[in-house]
Amino acid sequence: MERANIEAAVIEILAQQLLLQPEEIAAEAVIDDLGLDSLGKVEAIFALEERFDISIPFNANEPDQPDFDFSSVPRIVVGVERLIAQRAA
Amino acid sequence: MRRVVITGIGTVNALAPDVPGTFQAFREGRCGIGPLSFRDADRLTIRVGAEVRNWQAADRFAASDLPLYDRVTQYALVAGAEAVAMAGLSGALGSRGGVILGTAAGGIQTWEDSYRAVFADGKSRVSPLVVPRLMHNAPASHLSIRHGLTGPVLAVSSACASANHAMGLALQQIRVGAADVMLTGGAEAMLCFGGVKAWEGLRVLAPDACRPFSLGRKGMVIGDGAGVLVFEAEEHARARGARVLAEVAGFGMTADAGDIVAPSAEGAGRAMRAALADAGMEIAEIGYINAHGTGTLANDRAEAAAIRVVFGGTPPPVSSTKAMHGHAIGATGALEAIACVLALTEGVLPPTIGFQVPDPDCALDVIPRVARQSRVAAALSNAFAFGGLNAVLAFRRG
Repeated sequence: MERANIEAAVIEILAQQLLLQPEEIAAEAVIDDLGLDSLGKVEAIFALEERFDISIPFNANEPDQPDFDFSSVPRIVVGVERLIAQRAA
Repeated sequence: MRRVVITGIGTVNALAPDVPGTFQAFREGRCGIGPLSFRDADRLTIRVGAEVRNWQAADRFAASDLPLYDRVTQYALVAGAEAVAMAGLSGALGSRGGVILGTAAGGIQTWEDSYRAVFADGKSRVSPLVVPRLMHNAPASHLSIRHGLTGPVLAVSSACASANHAMGLALQQIRVGAADVMLTGGAEAMLCFGGVKAWEGLRVLAPDACRPFSLGRKGMVIGDGAGVLVFEAEEHARARGARVLAEVAGFGMTADAGDIVAPSAEGAGRAMRAALADAGMEIAEIGYINAHGTGTLANDRAEAAAIRVVFGGTPPPVSSTKAMHGHAIGATGALEAIACVLALTEGVLPPTIGFQVPDPDCALDVIPRVARQSRVAAALSNAFAFGGLNAVLAFRRG
């Protein structure tokens, strides 16, 4: 899958949680700056899993998130790409 | 206002199916967490929990009764029988006795089995006993039936604070004279595929161990079980020569009215202060706090902050026994009240096992890894639930 498509989907899912229009979220956006709360985060992760048929190893108790970096749009895109590739492999 | 005391305790949990075994596990700092063994556990991401092991329901109940008992009721009945026997209650209490029991998920296994039958297996009907098995008041009602208690009987549901709320209300029933004896506490049997699957979604479960207040903690581990305590008007207990284990001295409950899941140090602190005020206790009296201590980043940080605000510079020792018996959700407060009874009767403060490295955000004496001998006059037991509901009990040596 094209990176641009993944990025668009990530932004669309975040926008839905934040009650924003996708255009209002920059491609480089940092998640904490967007004001996404903890439940919004787990709902967004669930939506990503459903959209891409992947399983995201995310634990809300690990601030450094060694398994999945949810800190910014580009990091999420890279993480989703990796999980899609793993699924295909 | 009448004083209320504890004259009996009983439990079934991952550590042991009784009080002596549980006390021994608390003294030894033993862990009840292990691989999940129920049907379809291999389809879960999280595969550990504090299950009640080797549970043989058929050995404990008559075949004619068993179809009425979800596991949540079975645990409550076994814990209740132990508590009543310890209290030496015999003869009919009738309308002077009651039951208030907490549970968060009630007969969730029964829901699961029934849905599986009609949705997955294509069956067209379920057992006619499904409703009386799964209702949240089934454990409380069966305890009332078993022990002939015809006074105030109800179930309380406030997620992780259910048992503490139940015990607080039971205390109040006796204080106001609505009953002389109350069986109270909580029961939970959420360790089934659907129960864990639901929790997984919140991303708050640890994949391996529960490490409350420790740096590097990864969240909570769910447990099963029940704790039942006999609360009794002091004059009633003294008149029949019962052994008093401890006094139930105070209860405080507050709501955050804020976030549906994120904890509030302010609401938690208010509940602790309310319990102390209700008990007429100074903070210096408290020698031990059994923390809510779930092992999540958010709870432990907020709870530590609240304790430091309420108790100032030198808070008493605090431990979370959830690293041993797991987070038994609606039953957990009852297991933790039993841990407080151990502290008050034997001077054994159960440890926070699994603790690795101090977290600067949780600057407390958490009794790391090993139980401690210390004579304490009074103890607090905290419970802070999803929904922003806080319930704290204060116990005094009997």
